[in-house]
Amino acid sequence: MTKTVLTGVLGAAIVALGASTASAATLDDVEAKGFVQCGVSQGLPGFSNPDADGEWSGMDVDLCRGIAAAIFDDPQAVKFTPLSAKERFTALQSGEVDVLSRNTTWTMSRDTQLGLNFAGVNYYDGQGFMIRTDMNINSALELSGASICTNTGTTTELNVADYFRANNMEYELVAFEKADEVVAAYDAGRCDVYTTDQSGIYAQRLKLTDPGAHKVLPEIISKEPLGPVVRQGDDQWFNIVKWVHFATVNAEEMGVTSENVDEMLESDNPGIRRLLGVEGEFGTDIGLENDWAYKVIKHVGNYGEIFARNVGPDTPLSIARGINALWTDGGLQYAPPIR
Amino acid sequence: MAVTDIAPGGPSPHGQEEAPPKVALLNNPKVRSWLFQIVLGVVVAYLVYAGWVNMNANLQAAGVASGFGFLDENAGFSVAQSLIEYDQGTSSYGRVYVVGVLNTLVVAFIGIILATVIGFIVGIARLSNNWIVSRLATAYVEFLRNLPLLLQIFIWYFGVLRLLPGPRESFDFGPLGLLNNRGYFAPKPVWGDGSIVILVALIAGLAIAFGVSRWAHKRQMATGERFPAFWVGFGAIVGLPLLAFVAMGAPLTFDVPEMGGFRPSGGMTVIPEFIALLVALSTYTAAFIAEIVRAGILGISRGQSEAAHALGLRQGQNLRLVIIPQALRIIIPPLTSQYLNLTKNSSLAVAIAYPELTSVFAGTALNQTGQAVEIISITMLTYLTFSLLTSAFMNWYNARVALVER
Repeated sequence: MTKTVLTGVLGAAIVALGASTASAATLDDVEAKGFVQCGVSQGLPGFSNPDADGEWSGMDVDLCRGIAAAIFDDPQAVKFTPLSAKERFTALQSGEVDVLSRNTTWTMSRDTQLGLNFAGVNYYDGQGFMIRTDMNINSALELSGASICTNTGTTTELNVADYFRANNMEYELVAFEKADEVVAAYDAGRCDVYTTDQSGIYAQRLKLTDPGAHKVLPEIISKEPLGPVVRQGDDQWFNIVKWVHFATVNAEEMGVTSENVDEMLESDNPGIRRLLGVEGEFGTDIGLENDWAYKVIKHVGNYGEIFARNVGPDTPLSIARGINALWTDGGLQYAPPIR
Repeated sequence: MAVTDIAPGGPSPHGQEEAPPKVALLNNPKVRSWLFQIVLGVVVAYLVYAGWVNMNANLQAAGVASGFGFLDENAGFSVAQSLIEYDQGTSSYGRVYVVGVLNTLVVAFIGIILATVIGFIVGIARLSNNWIVSRLATAYVEFLRNLPLLLQIFIWYFGVLRLLPGPRESFDFGPLGLLNNRGYFAPKPVWGDGSIVILVALIAGLAIAFGVSRWAHKRQMATGERFPAFWVGFGAIVGLPLLAFVAMGAPLTFDVPEMGGFRPSGGMTVIPEFIALLVALSTYTAAFIAEIVRAGILGISRGQSEAAHALGLRQGQNLRLVIIPQALRIIIPPLTSQYLNLTKNSSLAVAIAYPELTSVFAGTALNQTGQAVEIISITMLTYLTFSLLTSAFMNWYNARVALVER
């Protein structure tokens, strides 16, 4: 008896001590295992959503594919971990995923208290409200007393609280763990209002029984800069994730697309030559090959292509570029130069 | 464990006649068992220590802030149901914890009572001689016991929600309140001046009922005469407060909910999440309790019933005075574990937005603060405390109904 207990305990001990957090050099780990482990949402059309064959697509997914393309020259070298809003940070902190690309809002407390770094903004969003058209409500300021359905563990809950308090309005919050249940409850009439980031509202509206019977109120009550997140303390990996996004934005600005990237290798434009690795040593500085950005653009395209393919006007979501246009077009998407 | 064992070949406590056989120290069973205990103790202590150090080192390396200071910080989010005052603007994470604990306790407490009542009825019905009644009870047990609880919670929640009308087309029960897909809006009692007298009368009634029942029991033991203690007690508990109520000039009014802009205003709200969770938990657990009750009753020998009938007891009396008291001894230990299960299963409520401990504290609060280790530890300790308290109470009750051996 004693012996069995002892063996069991020792076994448990070995397991417990072996399971320490991931080491600092994420790139080495990723290269060793041959794929990027990427934390995504549990299904948000346009951002990260699996199709019937389990193939993921969306803007957040394309960012992960871009990282894989930069490292392995293969956009398929990614494994996706669907995470709830509640689980996402713990999964990243504990090393379960290498990068979290899951429509996550960059806030100060998340950036400073959780041991995480936000690697740029791949979608500028803001929180909005959706309501049934036949309720005859035209402004969020008329919502006093409403029941509001949302997800737990998000900045959404805090924004609603702030907004209603600032405007001296009452509300009842019904907070679910999974987005599908929020939509189902809203659809069943449990709530008057569904609130989340506007991109999410457009995506979830597609899941309602009668999407046409609902409208989005004009107010945007918060700033929601959404972007990829990595663990603190690994600057090389932080740089890779950051610059994969920047490369897609720079490519759009310079007119480099997945279609013309091969011709662009011959370009005389020094900016393009540096981006595509024809000139300079910009890849080795972040631990990759010099043509890393070429691979990213070749496989997943530039920012404009990614946007158009996943959420743009020709998709079911049909979201306009708006503030996500390039800075040259009056939007906020701006990438530091490669030089 | 092995410490208390004295192997047959070991030194006898009264062995003054023959000297213990000489054995090597390591082969002495007593020494050996102590040695193993000490080694095991050291290993366990080291593991706990190593785990603690490892966790702290990892948290520090990851740059995660730790400590319990967050409990005083402003939570800043709203909670749908709260038994104590909760203000989204000023209340702290500590208060969120209390709100969550109370919401868990409320659903567990009412759920346990409902599950016990339904379970006993169904369990006894399964043994009924009436074919339809016993088959219905069997169907109930087999159906509910074999479906996953989470699924049942969803069925109740979404099924019921879809049947209920929107707030503008509420079912109107007049003075009994309104029912719609935002919940049941019940009239809220408003106690006026002098209502304290009613409370005093109620306490007096309870005291009288208790006294009478003890006296009646004693008298029956002494003289064999029965006294209608139940009805006298019932009269005292209901009659005295009623008398006080009339004497004080009926100091009770009701705040009846009225249809407002988005939902009815006034009254008390019972949210649909609570109703769905309560119904799912109690009907599901009742299926298991029914089986325990059936097993308990079947565990009493037939002779007991036959003897009771021979004494002239009717079927109801036989069940109440002879069978159930004996069956309780078999029923209570497994019943305890069903109560524990029900309490723990209430954490499935995260799926349907009922704001209990796991949802608001181990869910929202954890995500807003990022203090995973602290919050999960507190939550685990809380469930552990609930379970140990339930167990302690049930063990006490079990000891009371256990067969007293003389």
